[in-house]
Amino acid sequence: MADLTTDFLGIKSPNPFWLASAPPTDKEYNVRRAYEAGWGGVVWKTLGEAGPPVVNVSGPRYGAIHGPDRRLLGLNNIELITDRPLEVNLEEIARVKADYPDRALVVSLMVPYDEKAWQEILARVEETNADGVELNFGCPHGMAERGMGSAVGQVPEYVEQITRWVKKHYQRPCIVKLTPNITNILAPARAAKNGGADAVSLINTINSITSVDLDNMAPEPTIDGMGTHGGYCGPAVKPIAMNMVAEIARSPDTAGLPISGIGGVTTWRDAAEFMALGAGNVQVCTAAMTYGFKVVQEMISGLSQWMDEKGHKSTADFVGAAVPKVTDWQNLNLDYVTKAEIDQDLCIKCGRCFAACEDTSHQAIAMSEDRTFTVKDEECVACNLCVNVCPVEGCITMRELKPGEVDPRTGMTIPEDKRTWLQHPNNPGADPLACIVRGQ
Amino acid sequence: MSQDAHAPGIASGRLTAEEYAANFADLHPPLSDHEALVAADRCYFCHDAPCMGACPTTIDIPLFIRQIATHTPEAAARTILTQNILGGMCARVCPVETLCEEACVRMSAEDDPVEIGRLQRFATDRLMAAGPQPFERAAPTGKRIAVVGAGPAGLSCAHRLAMYGHEVTLYDARPKPGGLNEYGIASYKAVDGFAAREVEWLLDIGGITLELGKALGKDLSLDALTEEYDAVFLGLGLTDTNKLGISGEDLEGVVDAVDWIAGLRQAEDPATVPVGRNVVVIGGGMTAIDAAVQAKLLGAESVTLAYRRRREDMPASRFEQDLAASKGVCLLFNATPAEIRGGGAVAEIEFTRTGTDARFTLTADQVMKAIGQKLGDTLGLETDGRKIAVNGTGRTSREGVWAGGDCASGGEDLTVTAVAEGRDAAEDIHATLMGEG
Ligand SMILES: Cc1cc2nc3c(=O)[nH]c(=O)nc-3n(C[C@H](O)[C@H](O)[C@H](O)COP(=O)(O)OP(=O)(O)OC[C@H]3O[C@@H](n4cnc5c(N)ncnc54)[C@H](O)[C@@H]3O)c2cc1C
Ligand SMILES: Cc1cc2nc3c(=O)[nH]c(=O)nc-3n(C[C@H](O)[C@H](O)[C@H](O)COP(=O)(O)O)c2cc1C
Ligand code: SF4
Repeated sequence: MADLTTDFLGIKSPNPFWLASAPPTDKEYNVRRAYEAGWGGVVWKTLGEAGPPVVNVSGPRYGAIHGPDRRLLGLNNIELITDRPLEVNLEEIARVKADYPDRALVVSLMVPYDEKAWQEILARVEETNADGVELNFGCPHGMAERGMGSAVGQVPEYVEQITRWVKKHYQRPCIVKLTPNITNILAPARAAKNGGADAVSLINTINSITSVDLDNMAPEPTIDGMGTHGGYCGPAVKPIAMNMVAEIARSPDTAGLPISGIGGVTTWRDAAEFMALGAGNVQVCTAAMTYGFKVVQEMISGLSQWMDEKGHKSTADFVGAAVPKVTDWQNLNLDYVTKAEIDQDLCIKCGRCFAACEDTSHQAIAMSEDRTFTVKDEECVACNLCVNVCPVEGCITMRELKPGEVDPRTGMTIPEDKRTWLQHPNNPGADPLACIVRGQ
Repeated sequence: MSQDAHAPGIASGRLTAEEYAANFADLHPPLSDHEALVAADRCYFCHDAPCMGACPTTIDIPLFIRQIATHTPEAAARTILTQNILGGMCARVCPVETLCEEACVRMSAEDDPVEIGRLQRFATDRLMAAGPQPFERAAPTGKRIAVVGAGPAGLSCAHRLAMYGHEVTLYDARPKPGGLNEYGIASYKAVDGFAAREVEWLLDIGGITLELGKALGKDLSLDALTEEYDAVFLGLGLTDTNKLGISGEDLEGVVDAVDWIAGLRQAEDPATVPVGRNVVVIGGGMTAIDAAVQAKLLGAESVTLAYRRRREDMPASRFEQDLAASKGVCLLFNATPAEIRGGGAVAEIEFTRTGTDARFTLTADQVMKAIGQKLGDTLGLETDGRKIAVNGTGRTSREGVWAGGDCASGGEDLTVTAVAEGRDAAEDIHATLMGEG
């Protein structure tokens, strides 16, 4: 069986599955049970300054988006950082770490923009013997209004400054958790790197309103008739998170900066994908909140099975493996042609591909009297919509035209070499030589 | 079990009150809100959905299921009722396994269709519980139409005509409206007086005058009706039954299954309905199954359903056959009745193995004949040999007279088919009377 042991910034854990800083990691009781269930590590629910703890709403704090059969696809929350006293949290952290030396325990922190505040809390965390800290520059609601969380994460200068303070006053690894509520994720990632961060983790939650109560005309979750935007997470945010992870992993000035991937990880496969895009490990919140701690068992067994099948001995074998394949649109081969193909044995004749293609794409699917659906190669632009809307996995696939084959849609013979937009004759700025060589 | 459980001969009160209640409960209990949402989520919203084509009334099934899934079951019900005003009854009695659900693409995918019938019931129940039938009448047209027969065909025709603003007189020979919904459908398919409630709900549209106890051919004549009304629709159903034509057919204890079921349907309490200890039902259709199952549910000790051909030839669907078997009915195939014997009352029935000389005898104190119904009076109209001949929109050979449902040619003898034919005839009558036809 594959070895799932992960070394992230020198912090060892038996597997790459950590619980993200959130309700699942809010107290000793949870964290012990999470470790017992098999989680490799946890990032403790964000701690704030000493003194009276924050106060949460006492009405509903979550909203949700559901898919068929009420599968939870997206969750949003208006919860703040831990509302339990700092002292209690610190005692518990110390106790749990002592009892589970083989598991990762990182402490998430959020205190005001003030070096002294950071210095004080870091000293206290150091005493617990936790493996490192994560700086919560992501929380998009509540705390941001008090100048913390995403209010810091959205200003690269603040990110860099606080990271510097932390590196100055704390010896163990420092992870900077980034907010996705920003136009370009590279700016805060660079700032974190410049400030000396050992790693970044992303994403925190996305500003969102998940639903509106149409009787009370108020956003949900509704607190006494009013609502506010909350942080969105769960399966729905995975594509956004993965893009941001990939951007950091492939950008020359941030490449190599260790990444902890977060956002919608629900199955082993999600984790493998984040890691292929450069994440050294993953953090999970919503999947645990939806299904309980036990989900990690499927993540562990699935990832090991896949690694065995692929011959990966350790997670390091595939971390970042897909990064070189992430590129800009202009580098895509425009002479690459595929055609949709419908497997008639698998087809259940629902006709969704037909409706999609006929009404909204390229009228490239024919429907016969007896509901046989076939692709018209001379019309198919290979958009993939039929593949995406087909309810049967593997029923519609894309066949690649080989060099020498003629695309019946364009009459073009597929060339041996490739041609991107940079060489394309329709591109006013293209390299003319490339066109001449091809006789165009 | 009550003490009379094994009483010989034909007797009532074979079971306890609890047993009767359990036996005559809803065959397919209604879906809860949660079940309905789970079931609705399975629909793929197919393009030009095969299920729609398989529904004789062409209900937009993907649309109504999507409306359920988006928490608007009342809108779903309107989608259903626009095509099929008896969508509530059809949801209960349609043999969906040979109609919409058989065509569901999930049959190819998983051999397990979307539960269209039960979803249809969910939506229509919701709307019916919420209030009156949802259609409004158009401005009065001044046209008057006689609809004869208040079964599914007649009701559907009358409702559609009323909707268009016509004045309808709805005649029926029986004391209650509903046709076989009221007198024929198995009790466990339409519990709690649903048939009567549905008719009352439907008539609420207004413009329909109900004339019960008026039989065409006796109290009314077709000539007089065509004279008095602008159009006539006949939804007479099949009022005669086939005879076995064997000796002993007139013995006491030999009954027509349709009549026996009508008696059961009209009984206030199943405990008062007598049933044999050893019952033999002859036939292979839905009526035979319903009679056999209900005889068993009334406490008959043994019920044998004897069909003269092979299982594959049986008109009743596999689902119906399995239902009968699960209730303890013994299904006998290739058995042709030869003679019914008994001294005054039936005691036994002899069969031949179909196509051979081999003979065997079953003990029976009640024999139910369910070997098919046929048209009563043809009223001087052309027939196709069996039924009143009609074109695609229900026009008979006589000008101004339309027909639909079981009495008319074409289509299967099903509630839903009768509804479709009544509706389509109404459309044609409307178009004709308003000068568009
Ligand atoms: C026992 C049994 C069980 C069945 N089960 C099912 C089932 O589960 N599902 C299904 O889809 N179908 C079932 N059917 C078939 C279904 O009931 C019929 O196809 C349907 O009722 C036909 O409707 P209709 O309006 O044409 O006729 P009917 O329902 O027969 O209605 C005809 C009406 O016309 C009246 N009438 C007849 N003659 C005259 C006259 N001369 N003057 C005035 N009124 C007259 C009758 O009193 C009756 O009310 C069953 C049939 C039977 C017999
Ligand atoms: C209720 C709730 C509270 C959260 N609180 C914190 C927090 O205190 N600190 C923090 O860094 N992230 C917090 N998060 C963000 C999660 O750690 C994580 O980044 C996010 O949920 C994305 O991961 P997921 O899609 O697996 O849930 C919270 C998330 C939720 C749902
Ligand atoms: S065929 Fe089945 S899945 Fe498709 S629309 Fe009809 S019910 Fe839904």
